[in-house]
Amino acid sequence: MSDVSAPACEPEGTASLPPPSVLGIFLVFLSIGATSFGGGVVAYLRSSLVGRQRWVDDETFLELLSICQSLPGLNASNMAILVGDRLRGTAGAAAALVGICLPGGLMMVVAAIAYGATHSRGNVVDGMLHGVSAAAVGMVLAVSVQLGLKTLTRYADLVFVALTIIGVEVLKQSVLVVLAVVGAMAIFWYRPGGAPHKGDLFAGLLPAKAPRPPQGPQSSDDGKGGGPGGAA
Amino acid sequence: MNQLLPLIAVFSYLSLLTVGGGMAAFPELKYLTVDVHHWVTFSQLIHLYSIGQMAPGPNMMMIAAVGQWVAGPLGALVVTLAFFLPTGLLTLLVGRLWVRLADWPWRASIQRGLGPVSIGLLLAGVISIGKGAITGWETFALSAAVFGVLIVTRTNPLPLIALAAVVGAYAFR
Repeated sequence: MSDVSAPACEPEGTASLPPPSVLGIFLVFLSIGATSFGGGVVAYLRSSLVGRQRWVDDETFLELLSICQSLPGLNASNMAILVGDRLRGTAGAAAALVGICLPGGLMMVVAAIAYGATHSRGNVVDGMLHGVSAAAVGMVLAVSVQLGLKTLTRYADLVFVALTIIGVEVLKQSVLVVLAVVGAMAIFWYRPGGAPHKGDLFAGLLPAKAPRPPQGPQSSDDGKGGGPGGAA
Repeated sequence: MNQLLPLIAVFSYLSLLTVGGGMAAFPELKYLTVDVHHWVTFSQLIHLYSIGQMAPGPNMMMIAAVGQWVAGPLGALVVTLAFFLPTGLLTLLVGRLWVRLADWPWRASIQRGLGPVSIGLLLAGVISIGKGAITGWETFALSAAVFGVLIVTRTNPLPLIALAAVVGAYAFR
């Protein structure tokens, strides 16, 4: 998911390096796709692309991430496409997308086969999956809440969150309809010249930010706190 | 196989709903794969989704498992392409356009307005999966414990999920 709070990376020279080959792009994204266990792929992307490879600088990375968050598609795959496109155009985007999806996709195919083979047998497997499912709910809720504390900065945001949940879960409307209706309302609310974009609704609840690298600007709370609207 | 066309239709449609994260599409994923097409049961879907949380890469690669489940390796490939190609092309095109629209005032409004809606969709997805995964006080407690630990410590969730599997093997069989 979109945990932006990866260890930020030192902003030394990036732009002057020659762009990597399509194969190089594929291999780097393949290795991120194979090692980004535990969710938060965006954090892995950031430390690899901004930190190790220096293919984009941190400002560009956050800018591209804000584009991803307003578009359909997963943040991880959209980031792969946008970064790949910047480095090597369409071929780079395709290489990055295939690279990041391939390992997890193959693992899930194997998992589906194993699940089909074991499922009817053991209630130990059933019990394990039951436990994993409950843990997954807690994990996804934690990610949503952490993202929400950064994204929801005004009382109006809570209204839009509530309307969205009511539309999907109570009125049983299709996600597409809810997205179109509540999305249009929210965009109109924040229209140019409309309601102000910034607020500090949960500022007190946001962690004072744990391990921050010594280098780099210390005022990073403003820079990171904005969520999808932050780059506006 | 005659399931391939419905798989393509369902997963390319679902991909358009994943604004803010894969979880946003979960209510519709459940409706289409369980209630409409009967490809999986609700508990199978939740199991595959939960296993998918342990796989690396984009967190919805579990869709490949549904494809494999319905139509074998070809199904997995078709589903993955259907899920990533349409939104991928959109991202490629809009991404190029978006950079040029940096000064367009509505751009900030769109990004700002979709922020809370995407959080709402994520939470609706959590509610939807929770209805199937939380079946009693034990699962509720397990879920709440994982939530609490992650909120407080921001640790990598993988060990917690492994621990939950062990707890489940003893508690829920």
